[in-house]
Amino acid sequence: MKIFGFLFQSSIGKKIMMSLTGLFLISFLLVHCGVNAMIFFNDGGEIFNEAAEFMGTNWLIRTIEVGLFVFLLIHIIQGLYLWNDNAKKRKEKYGKTAGNANSTWYSRSMGLLGTLLLLFLIIHLRHFWVISRFTDVVTGGEQTLYEMMKEVFAEPWVVAAYVLGCISLAYHLMHGFQSAFQSLGINHPLYTPLIQQIGNGFAIVVSVLFAAMPVAMHFNIVQ
Amino acid sequence: MEKGINVTLKVWRQKNETSAGSFETYKVQANPDMSFLEMFDVLNEQLITEGKDPVAFDHDCREGICGMCSMVINGRPHGPKGGITTCQLHMRSFKDGDIIVVEPFRANSFGVIKDLSVDRTAFDRIIAAGGFVSVNTGNAVDANNILIPKEIADKAFEAATCIGCGACVSACKNASAMLFVGAKVTQLALLPQGKAERQSRVVAMVNQMDAEGFGACTNTGACAAECPKEIPLSVIATMNREYLAAKLNGK
Amino acid sequence: MTLDSKIPEGQLSEKWTKYRSSVALVNPANKRNLEIIVVGTGLAGASAAASLAEMGYKVKAFCFQDSPRRAHSIAAQGGINAAKNYQNDGDSVYRLFYDTIKGGDYRAREGNVHRLAEVSASIIDQCVAQGVPFAREYGGTLSNRSFGGTQVQRTFYAAGQTGQQLLLGAYSALERQIGLGNVKMYNRHEMLEVVKIDGKARGIIARDLISGELERHFGHAVLLCTGGYGNVFYLSTNAMGSNVTAAWKAHKTGAFFGNPCFTQIHPTCIPVSGHYQSKLTLMSESLRNDGRIWVPKAKGDNRNPNDIPEEERDYYLERRYPAFGNLVPRDVASRAAKERCDAGYGVGPSKMAVYLDFRFNLMNKYGRAEASKLGIENPDDETLVKLGKEVIKEKYGNLFDMYKQITDEDPYEVPMRIYPAVHYTMGGLWVDYELMTTVPGLYALGEANFSDHGANRLGASALMQGLADGYFVIPYTIGTYLSKEIATKSIPTDHEAFVEAEKRCADVLDTLMGIQGGQTVESFHRRLGQIMWNKCGMGRTAEGLKEAIAEIQQLREEFWKEVRVPGSRFEFNPELEKAGRVADFLELGELMCKDALHRNESCGGHFREEYQTEEGEAMRDDDNFKYVAAWEFKNMSDWDMHKENLVYENIKIAQRSYK
Repeated sequence: MKIFGFLFQSSIGKKIMMSLTGLFLISFLLVHCGVNAMIFFNDGGEIFNEAAEFMGTNWLIRTIEVGLFVFLLIHIIQGLYLWNDNAKKRKEKYGKTAGNANSTWYSRSMGLLGTLLLLFLIIHLRHFWVISRFTDVVTGGEQTLYEMMKEVFAEPWVVAAYVLGCISLAYHLMHGFQSAFQSLGINHPLYTPLIQQIGNGFAIVVSVLFAAMPVAMHFNIVQ
Repeated sequence: MEKGINVTLKVWRQKNETSAGSFETYKVQANPDMSFLEMFDVLNEQLITEGKDPVAFDHDCREGICGMCSMVINGRPHGPKGGITTCQLHMRSFKDGDIIVVEPFRANSFGVIKDLSVDRTAFDRIIAAGGFVSVNTGNAVDANNILIPKEIADKAFEAATCIGCGACVSACKNASAMLFVGAKVTQLALLPQGKAERQSRVVAMVNQMDAEGFGACTNTGACAAECPKEIPLSVIATMNREYLAAKLNGK
Repeated sequence: MTLDSKIPEGQLSEKWTKYRSSVALVNPANKRNLEIIVVGTGLAGASAAASLAEMGYKVKAFCFQDSPRRAHSIAAQGGINAAKNYQNDGDSVYRLFYDTIKGGDYRAREGNVHRLAEVSASIIDQCVAQGVPFAREYGGTLSNRSFGGTQVQRTFYAAGQTGQQLLLGAYSALERQIGLGNVKMYNRHEMLEVVKIDGKARGIIARDLISGELERHFGHAVLLCTGGYGNVFYLSTNAMGSNVTAAWKAHKTGAFFGNPCFTQIHPTCIPVSGHYQSKLTLMSESLRNDGRIWVPKAKGDNRNPNDIPEEERDYYLERRYPAFGNLVPRDVASRAAKERCDAGYGVGPSKMAVYLDFRFNLMNKYGRAEASKLGIENPDDETLVKLGKEVIKEKYGNLFDMYKQITDEDPYEVPMRIYPAVHYTMGGLWVDYELMTTVPGLYALGEANFSDHGANRLGASALMQGLADGYFVIPYTIGTYLSKEIATKSIPTDHEAFVEAEKRCADVLDTLMGIQGGQTVESFHRRLGQIMWNKCGMGRTAEGLKEAIAEIQQLREEFWKEVRVPGSRFEFNPELEKAGRVADFLELGELMCKDALHRNESCGGHFREEYQTEEGEAMRDDDNFKYVAAWEFKNMSDWDMHKENLVYENIKIAQRSYK
């Protein structure tokens, strides 16, 4: 394992680690978003519940889930550490800053956006993951996951929090997606613009889809 | 007579590395054809004649190549125009009545020596750690013995045009030096002469860069946007790639 | 004292080979005990420090900038010559030697110049091995271009940033040795005195520019690689910090100064725009490959240059010098520009400028070539301009950008306006074949010495000389001296010679700080520059030079009474640094005028208006002035002149002709 030590020690190693864990989380988002989007079949959650059942019980998925949490934790801890550490590299701040003249605000705010996402994640996990894993509400058949969602999203502040979370996610991804490739050393005059476009597209589509779920349920657009 | 513009300067004054600094305000009448540094010459002559301490700033060639001039002007290293150094900035880029905030390049690794002068010797130490080809004088073969395609030579040249001014560090919110280091790593990794040491070089340079206390890159791109020689962000990607390969190879 | 140039005996082409094979060597164990001080880290200094450290000597290197990479060699644009004959156009070591001697108007030493031509090829090899990205052809071979004063293509280049790339190569070699612990680097240190013990150079006094403290440093030998003194003219293409201080202190400690009046005025610089101007910017000589120089045929023609028809333009270089045309040597081109402007044909707001016009070659040379590559028949002007622009951009893009930045005019659309400006000084510390000055153990390399360029330097030869001296000459020649010094132990710096030298420096600094007069250092420098430019510049007369000497003496006196240096001596104080440098320029200026006054002839960059042909060409006097004037400092305003006669055994001296 010694040869992987650099992923936690050197500046470039750490960003490679952020990149790898980030890409894994992106792939997770794709699956998560895909499964959840099944509510839009508008069939009273039938297909969605089936998919949720599969995801919740399949041993391979459950194993990957462990990995997901490990990567998520690394991404969070390393991210927070880097945010704090980088901020200390300039003790005397500028009297006047360049604003957005040389970079986008969200690329400079990954720590902040990530922290917002973390707060959102705590709420989100508390709402669904904890209940479905550690109680038998879902598995015991008292309530389907779909019904649980309907119940949770009846609260307006929850919907607002989720929408805010998704906005944070969109900006976090707009920078994070393409940045992950740059960190891994993938930069090419032909492909980098493509990666950037795909990244922006991904960030917007995934975030809008996620945000649409609580909104749609709250306003009973899906039944 | 001469067309002149009046500007108000808010200049960072700091006696030495350990003392605290603050902004001082000065009024200067400038000619639009003057360079920004010539405007500072005028200010300093004024200050000396008034018996005050002139503003210390680094400068030497005044044609944009030595990399000695610095200054963050209205929040931007080398001022508002892209692709030039402070000495190439002219007062015609400003309007009558402008307020211009002038600060030193700020980073923990660039200590302030006085006013706008900073210590950039960390860059030298990074080069000393590995930014070279280990070839003693007299060891060379004929220059045309190893052919280098024009495209490769041009790309290496593009990276090699770095003037080591430190604008990248000063623009980066993390005070990261990766554009500077990436430029040298890229130049030497591209050329056949640099290939023998490419793995040990990138590791040694990155280790030194970290030891000097520069921040980590978060790919905001501010460095490349402010680089007076327009070194592209791709040199950082190249460095990341080189570094990853070297590390996975146990270097 | 008679000057011994120590040129080895034998055939010209054999001298260096023989010397190298028979030079005394120092064994590796002894090298470790020998310390060498290198002052200045430009091409000569960085390459010397790196090479000597590689050989095993203990080296200490000094520069006044914040990093060795900032030395002004970095600003050289056009290229570096080497007799590689890669273009198969008839180049050879002899031809490079011949061109350099002729270009220098027969005032350089044959032995030195031949050696320079011999090692030139190795320089290119060495630089390429270090990773210097020279321009290349599509096939991967190195590319060449032409420069003034030659009819072959032997100039290697890296866009318009050749000096930068070469210096970064030498700098990386130096940093490598610093990293290995073989060189100790002192940034932001200025040498203020040479320490002499028993007649030999044994160290220096340097001022730490940050703390202001004076430091003593011992060395078995001291190398001055401190560049030229063009800033004596105030406005020049030199960097703001370029100065004569180290060389001048050495001169006052016994090193003779050779041909101080030989200064090079570069023909293609951006004209002065106002009184606030702090420096002049060069437009590389390489531009004369493709730019045609002209003025209107009518006096005071104020039309837009693009509106002046072909037949109303005077391409005066092509007219006067059909064989070399726009590529005549720098001194010839500069004088021709001055002649046109003085006669009232100048252009631009100041009327002190001529046009450098790319339109003809842009369209006809490159536009047409590109069009025929693309198979466009009978292209219209617009297409030609569009295609040609691309090629010009590739070749000179950064220079065009630089011009636009400064003047706010687009040289792709209107011709550049250019005027001559002080650029380089051929004169410098007198050195023998081994590059040693008249003080044993004290060497001068690169622009700081006088040796290779005679009365005029050809383009792309300064980089060649700096690197030749540092990489390939001094590593051998220093052995002759150091092999006799192996028994000399390090001399402790509490030796009285160090104490006295330090005291001299401290006294000067205290005096400067103590004057507290009413005028800035800058104002004195500006006034000195005006005297020098007007009376010891492109055209010189006996009368003017006599006036200049008196004016400089007076200005110097005023300086020591009236100058105001703010702050204190024990802090970072750029004004104090400048004051010390200007004080030295005020002494050097006088010597330059004295040298120019005594040389009753015109040669190369030294043009005495009394000595010209009817056509206005420089008139040399080989019977009386075929020598190097080496000046020995006696007292303030008092020098003895020593002559080193120049012997030409391999070249037939002729009137220089580029017609």
